[in-house]
Amino acid sequence: MSAIVEPAKPGTAGRSRAWKAFALALPALILLVAVVGYPLLMIVLRSLSEPHWGVQNYSWFFSTPVNLVVLKRTFAISAWVTVVCVACAYPYAYLMTAVGPKVRLVMVLCVLIPFWVSGVVRTLSWVILLQDSGVINSVLKWAGIGTVRLIRTQTGVVIGMAQVLLPFMILPLYSVMKGIDLRLMRAAQSLGARPIRAFFTVYLPLSLPGVYAGAIIVFILALGFYITPALLGGPRSTMLSTLVQNQVLSLLQWGRGGAMGVVLLLATFLLLALAAPAMRQKHKEGARH
Amino acid sequence: MTTKASNRGAAIEIRSITKTYGDFRALDDVSLHVEPGEFMTLLGPSGSGKTTTLNVVAGFTDLTSGTLLVGGKNVVGVPAHKRNIGVVFQHYALFPHMTVGRNVAYPLTLRGVGKAEREARVLRALDMVKMRDFAHRYPSELSGGQQQRVALARAIVFDPPVLLMDEPLGALDKKLREWLQLEIKRIHRELGTTFIYVTHDQEEALVLSDRIAVFNRGRIEQVGTGRELYDEPSTLFVGRFIGDSTVLRGGARSDGTGTALKIADETVTTPRRLSGDVTPVMLLRPEKLSIRRPGQPAAGQNRLSGRIAEAIYLGSGSKYEVALGDGSLAIVRSSLTDESFKIGEQVDLWFDGADAKLLADDASAETTLT
Ligand SMILES: Nc1ncnc2c1ncn2[C@@H]1O[C@H](COP(=O)(O)OP(=O)(O)OP(=O)(O)O)[C@@H](O)[C@H]1O
Ligand SMILES: [Mg+2]
Repeated sequence: MSAIVEPAKPGTAGRSRAWKAFALALPALILLVAVVGYPLLMIVLRSLSEPHWGVQNYSWFFSTPVNLVVLKRTFAISAWVTVVCVACAYPYAYLMTAVGPKVRLVMVLCVLIPFWVSGVVRTLSWVILLQDSGVINSVLKWAGIGTVRLIRTQTGVVIGMAQVLLPFMILPLYSVMKGIDLRLMRAAQSLGARPIRAFFTVYLPLSLPGVYAGAIIVFILALGFYITPALLGGPRSTMLSTLVQNQVLSLLQWGRGGAMGVVLLLATFLLLALAAPAMRQKHKEGARH
Repeated sequence: MTTKASNRGAAIEIRSITKTYGDFRALDDVSLHVEPGEFMTLLGPSGSGKTTTLNVVAGFTDLTSGTLLVGGKNVVGVPAHKRNIGVVFQHYALFPHMTVGRNVAYPLTLRGVGKAEREARVLRALDMVKMRDFAHRYPSELSGGQQQRVALARAIVFDPPVLLMDEPLGALDKKLREWLQLEIKRIHRELGTTFIYVTHDQEEALVLSDRIAVFNRGRIEQVGTGRELYDEPSTLFVGRFIGDSTVLRGGARSDGTGTALKIADETVTTPRRLSGDVTPVMLLRPEKLSIRRPGQPAAGQNRLSGRIAEAIYLGSGSKYEVALGDGSLAIVRSSLTDESFKIGEQVDLWFDGADAKLLADDASAETTLT
């Protein structure tokens, strides 16, 4: 994260402004270095030094097939969660821009209320909903559709994670969408665009920054998810965090656990670097008047 | 009507359209015929229904009742994107994520125009508004006036037979506005498209239009050329809205020879009469009034005395506001060669009764003026 610093102009005025901005960001920077930077450094060091110096933990990671399967699955599940979140959040956020202030308040509360309930409690309630004799299957059976396996499957994990992460998608999307001038849609129609065409050529591109912002947050949070996949998933839906936990807490292999974390981090960086050019905003923000 | 470069404009026939929002009549039985290639301006105070009329023609607003023909075809119920009508908005409405070039190409892309022809037409449209060098800029990198010129290019690039403009210059400063008015007039002449232009600035309406439709409270009060509206207003509202005017109100008496009004203790007469049960008032244009010092006679058989309340130097002459005996204000213009008068000075106003318009009084004419 970078602080919002105006481009420093040559000369002392610009430099002192930049310094002031830096000073404002200082508490946050100190906190970040202390609680993120230092532990991260220790993880990297341990992954290279335990039980002795060298890359043995990394060669172990890449030579153990289950690690690679789980790494791939972690990315796949996170991608699915992101897709489900976009699909659910987009219409919801759009609706939030279209309704009156009272309904909007209720909709915001609906997004935020889940934060007041602990993640464990929420996940356990998903167990009740998703299990073979749970609410969803009872309804399906009653409707004569038959039952589906949800608990201890990847589908169940994706559903549970998407629900937990939905607010992180809805909020950035809403904040971008509420800035889109709906009169542009009228202009597009006057120029000959059917409403659906106007949506795809005007509204959707203008809302993409919100989609990207939400998608990155959701995807990265999903990669590190632990409780939900552990409780809703089965052996075939284990995510990397479960393996890390196993190595560190059960086997006391701090080096291997650290190596797994570093691999996940680097893979994430790589993926974001590849996606960045596509996400770069092409237009300059906001019209000048 | 003047002859146009090409005659590609479509006629517009608005037949007694009404638009209600709940109990409120935003448009109340409005009828208007616009000739092919004509420059028609909808003029009126805020809330009088100009935008609503434009939105009905553009297809953004459904009408409650009435008929609308564009180019002879009934378009009631036809959605906006099928009407092939260009619209320029006060807020520009350029797509911020597209360059100027892509904005202008947008309607052509929608119509499946091939790349080469598209580029040629985009450049031609940008040429017409003198924005050719800006094709690669984004709207946020342009000034307001430049953005509006691009919006204009985008609205004409697909050769619509009708162009609608809703206060397109409303957000710009006076100098820029006056220059763009002339540009719009030139573009209208070159294209031959039918223009419907909304403004609440009567000077702008006079500069631009072939004819002007004056709106008041959801109705059209009068349609005519600027000169017709100025010289022959059919209602007090039109007379007050177009140009400066003096309204004389007072106890009226009509007989076979005309009408007399009593203003304070003076009486003025005109050889006109109003029929029906209405209260007549006189409307006088500033140049029909002569201003003199007391005792100096002038042409005209009517004399009113008053006191200078305000003197405004105009460069080409002066404009005076004169407080009459009954407290109302008269507006007089005098040329530079005439004598000048000071505030507070006692003067006489002279006019010919035949120059006074006799109109039915309408209390709302004053309150709805902006
Ligand atoms: N969607 C709507 N719901 C209710 N009333 C409306 C709606 N749209 C317009 N009106 C009313 O209709 C009347 C005419 O509005 P309109 O926008 O046509 O005015 P206008 O002549 O364009 O005024 P202005 O010069 O301020 O733009 C106004 O009194 C307005 O309040
Ligand atoms: Mg309006």
